[in-house]
Amino acid sequence: MTTPTDTPPRATSGQLATFRLDGDLYGVEVEHVQEVLRSQGLTRVPLAPPAVAGLINLRGQVVTAIELRERLGRPPRPAGTDAVVIVVRLHGEAVSLLVDSIADVVDVDAGDFETPPDTLDGQARELIRGAYKLDGQLLLALDVQKAVGA
Amino acid sequence: MDGLDDIVEEFLVESHENLDQLDTDLVALEQEPDSRERLSSIFRTIHTIKGTSGFLAFNRLEEVTHVGENMLSRLRDGVLSLTPERTSVLLLMVDTVRSLLTSIETTGGEGSVDVSAVVAAISAAMEDTPAPVAPAPVPAAAAEPAAAAEPTAPAAAVVEAVVEAAVEVAVEDVPDLYDETHDDVHHEDAHDDAHEDAHGEAPAAGAPVAGAGAPRSDAQGGAQRRAVADSTIRVDVDLLDSLMLLVGELVLTRNQIVQYVGRSTDTDLVRASQRLNLIASELQEGVMKTRMQPIDHIWSKLPRVVRDLGIQCGKTVRLEMEGKDTELDKTLLEAVKDPLTHLVRNGVDHGIESPERRRAAGKNAEGVLTLRAKHESGQVVVEVADDGAGIDAGRLGAKAVERGLVTAEQLSRMGPQDVLQMIFLPGFSTAAAVTNVSGRGVGMDVVKTNIEAIGGTIEVESEPGRGTVCRLRIPLTLAIVPALTVECAGDRYAIPQISLQELVSLDAEKAANAVEEVGGAPVYRLRGELLPLVRLTDVLGLTSDRHDGHVVIAVLRSEGRRFGLVVDRVINTEEIVVKAVGGQLKAIGLYSGATVLGDGTVALILDVQALARRALRTETAERQESREAAAARSVAAEGERQRMLLAAIGEGRRVAIPLDTVTRLEQVRAESVERVGNREVVQYRGAILPIVRLDRHLGAYGTSDREVLEVIVYSDHGRSVAIVVEEILDIVDGGAAVRSDIDDLGLLGSAVLGDRVTELLDVRAAILAADPAFYAADHTPASSLLEV
Repeated sequence: MTTPTDTPPRATSGQLATFRLDGDLYGVEVEHVQEVLRSQGLTRVPLAPPAVAGLINLRGQVVTAIELRERLGRPPRPAGTDAVVIVVRLHGEAVSLLVDSIADVVDVDAGDFETPPDTLDGQARELIRGAYKLDGQLLLALDVQKAVGA
Repeated sequence: MDGLDDIVEEFLVESHENLDQLDTDLVALEQEPDSRERLSSIFRTIHTIKGTSGFLAFNRLEEVTHVGENMLSRLRDGVLSLTPERTSVLLLMVDTVRSLLTSIETTGGEGSVDVSAVVAAISAAMEDTPAPVAPAPVPAAAAEPAAAAEPTAPAAAVVEAVVEAAVEVAVEDVPDLYDETHDDVHHEDAHDDAHEDAHGEAPAAGAPVAGAGAPRSDAQGGAQRRAVADSTIRVDVDLLDSLMLLVGELVLTRNQIVQYVGRSTDTDLVRASQRLNLIASELQEGVMKTRMQPIDHIWSKLPRVVRDLGIQCGKTVRLEMEGKDTELDKTLLEAVKDPLTHLVRNGVDHGIESPERRRAAGKNAEGVLTLRAKHESGQVVVEVADDGAGIDAGRLGAKAVERGLVTAEQLSRMGPQDVLQMIFLPGFSTAAAVTNVSGRGVGMDVVKTNIEAIGGTIEVESEPGRGTVCRLRIPLTLAIVPALTVECAGDRYAIPQISLQELVSLDAEKAANAVEEVGGAPVYRLRGELLPLVRLTDVLGLTSDRHDGHVVIAVLRSEGRRFGLVVDRVINTEEIVVKAVGGQLKAIGLYSGATVLGDGTVALILDVQALARRALRTETAERQESREAAAARSVAAEGERQRMLLAAIGEGRRVAIPLDTVTRLEQVRAESVERVGNREVVQYRGAILPIVRLDRHLGAYGTSDREVLEVIVYSDHGRSVAIVVEEILDIVDGGAAVRSDIDDLGLLGSAVLGDRVTELLDVRAAILAADPAFYAADHTPASSLLEV
């Protein structure tokens, strides 16, 4: 596992799998991503933290689904739109993230990296390692470890 | 001979395997004569065979392996170098060992195999030293064999001494090596194929004998007996694990197919699916069997534990075992080993008294600790029972208060069974003195945690002066468990059958009557016993989608107590494959895992223990609090506000009985009432229960020709009486009752309850009418809960 956990946000070059959430572009390290699925039947888990959207059946494996909108303090996904499931693998355990839509895999350069913009509010700030300045928009790098640690 | 047979058989199986490995090793050794690792491995193998053959009194086998070992130890220590001649004699030795083993296997003895030639050959090969390398004759230097490379004329006696020393050193080395290989074996969890490396190094460590002790093919009808070594193979546990996983998936797929086909009309398809169903079940059973081992595997170490501990504590303890052959999954067996050992140690240390105290109590000076194992409805029940002093609930409670684990007030609300279960609280130990055996307050909680971690349950029962029983209920296997699937607020949940006792379904009309409220908490009268009800929707914070008033109750058992879980619907019983859930969900403490159901949806598995703890404790506490408050008020204002049981006694008269004096409601067949003198009694749960007919007691005359009598049982201090009424009507709140004083015999007064005038029974008088000695036996107040 080559995952930065408690180290301060640092610039890394590499590939990020990007996705959209409430209008913003986010990215996770490609090596964490196991697969991307269309919306799945969720089994809700009563009394679970609000960010736990439920459990999905991933070919016989039971995987927890985290609602990233909730995790990042964004409003709930509008009714009628289906979430996309990104399955990430951390420490051998599969966890899935619910996002709005999946985008490209982007090569990022450490030179474009900046610490999280000050405008980010508390909850989201914890989960964002920083931002890469791409042409025309910002790519927010998600700290997967923290994001799934709901 | 029978006992020995097993040992010999295991020895043979192990040795044969080791010998095959030896052949390979020896040949490989010629290629790399300096490999200490290989030499050590060969040495260990021969050493093991030597040790066991000495123990089993196979003298010739011992002799051969002994000289072989001599040579090997010197080769290993670099005193001798390996030449083709030496390899040859070593191979010759292996052949001789093999023929000896074959002889033992077929005839039970060493037969006529001659070993002297081989012994001589090996000795000669040892002395036939071209280089001046021979052992030093100084015993002191022998402790460091490497330093003892001085050329001397080899005298047989001297060689012997050196070799003995070398063997000792080697034996000390062995545990280290074993530890290493053990580590290897354990780290293989990640499904890599690392075990192939370990294979060559550790023929004796790690891998278990698959189905050890099982297949003893008795020679039947003159059929040729299959060679022992050929009838069993060792299988890596990882392989079995992955097989089990696959079978689990197969079972899931089977469930899916069976569910689909159930809707189909294609008879061929239906037949094929039935066959699939059958085969999958058998396969599952078969694979499960390969992982099964008799519980004796962990029990066999306990007599020694008990003996040593008994001596240490100055107690004589006899260990009895029942159901040694009971089999359970190897993983589970490993998991219960430590908890079981702990319970046994506890039993000897705390449970059984010293011989003097036992004699003083009129018991046999020798204590008896009994281990029992049996299969019971798809689970294994293991009991550790001692015939010792039992647990003094009073002292236990006092201790718990002293430790600050509960408050005195909480304690006073607890039933005796609850008080006993407190021994499982962290930081609890009743041993007066901390011994090095137990009493440090770690233990029982760890035992409980460990048992629950494998989906089992533990409960304790104790009778002061008679002994204590710890009962473990363990699932047969971890991966696949039979479960009940239920629906609640539109979602399905699985309840492991291990906790399920029965199902009760009530239609709306019945439910309205049968589900009662006691102090705000719903209860159901299950065959006369009050069953606290917990609504799953309440626990989960959901809203039930069942509005037709039907009530479905799953009667569950947890920690020796029963409760009813109200669910919306019961779906099915099916075998489910338990999948772990992530950390966030485990932290909720209500789910023990999740599973994929036949239709592919995920269902959560309810953790019944946690559920009971969460829902019941608070609920009973609340209920008991309100009951206690009611009782307190009633004492203050003479029952100003009390729950009352209303009963009809004939002639339209109604009697109210304070609910807290009611232990159980029963129905008794009229013909089972017997007479003792001028009293009526009935046999009830192995005791004689005096009866008072309330109608006669109060001068009413009800219909006495009823076949079934409605009985209210009142118990206190181990004594019970039965109060017969005509009909049990209702439970009401005696709150707004207005009473007038009537000075009638057996009544306290009357009140308006449920819009009708109701007489208030003088319970004490009624009880005395049935059993004049009822209160004489014990003068302690009836609220004492510390005795059963």
